[in-house]
Amino acid sequence: MSAGDAQADAGLVGIVLVSHSAAVASSVAELAKGLAGGGTTAPVAAAGGTPDGGLGTSSELIVAAAAEVDRGAGVALLVDVGSAVLTVKTLLLDEDELPENARLVDAPFVEGAVAATVTASAGAGLDAVVAAATEAYDYRKV
Amino acid sequence: MAEQESGQALDAAFFIRWLTACAAAVEREASRLTDLDAAIGDADHGSNLQRGFRAVAEVLAKDAPATPGAVLTLAGRQLISTVGGASGPLYGTLLRRTGKALGDAAEVDRAALADALGQGVAAVAQLGGAAKGDKTMLDALEPAVDALATSYEGAARAAEEGAVATTPLLARKGRASYLGERSIDHQDPGATSAALLVTTLAEIAGQAPAAGSGQ
Repeated sequence: MSAGDAQADAGLVGIVLVSHSAAVASSVAELAKGLAGGGTTAPVAAAGGTPDGGLGTSSELIVAAAAEVDRGAGVALLVDVGSAVLTVKTLLLDEDELPENARLVDAPFVEGAVAATVTASAGAGLDAVVAAATEAYDYRKV
Repeated sequence: MAEQESGQALDAAFFIRWLTACAAAVEREASRLTDLDAAIGDADHGSNLQRGFRAVAEVLAKDAPATPGAVLTLAGRQLISTVGGASGPLYGTLLRRTGKALGDAAEVDRAALADALGQGVAAVAQLGGAAKGDKTMLDALEPAVDALATSYEGAARAAEEGAVATTPLLARKGRASYLGERSIDHQDPGATSAALLVTTLAEIAGQAPAAGSGQ
């Protein structure tokens, strides 16, 4: 992300996408930003896989991603399964690891990421971003 | 064996010895843990714990905290940041919460450790949303903590029995739960590693069950 983007997205809620797979996390980040439209999009960071490129969850990558997207308006963390959920929950219990206004979002990963990013890019606050992502569960496909 | 006194003083050095011995035990048993995990999980439990406990042993060799609570808290943090699987936050929370419960006492006794571990185990149950009988590490840890109020030896036996007793259970948490009935007839890898850690505690306390009495 360039310094110019960091200026333009000041005050927006940040989104962190935590997946067991680096490819999944970065692809969903790209998808969510792409669907958020052409203007300024909320900062989105991927925390996928382990630092050595394997499948798994890395608290180090999550902490770094949250710091990267924190613009002071809160950070919404979306997770895939198992250790991604447990690692974020554990980090949230620790006062000094994640930004003060960080929240784990109970949402489907892809749909929730899109809803959160669109909502955050429109300038909504953390509560509205979390609500939009959570509501993605209610959209039935059949 | 006569009932052990709760009075044997456990200092920071005791807990460093325990966790260092856990690292050695995990090295020794890693392939067995991974094999158990291959049956109902994603075949990484042994290697994940190996990475985590190696990091724990390394940090404790470099930086030896002065109190039991600080040793356990540091080790827990290390597991959370290095394991990469669900056992990281789970065992990390167990050690960290136990360490916090011990506070800054320079020495603790078995009763105090049993009480603190009880709080650690409760935190694990809360984090994972699991209960005894779900085929998880709690099936070894809960009976072990109850038995630790009486003896180290009893805790080790209870943990081993709890781990073995997961075999006929249907998994209700984690990846194994997706297998439904196919998770039956496999011993849970998490309960197995939990029993390994408790057995190692009894060994370091000099109160391991006699050979052949356990598994």
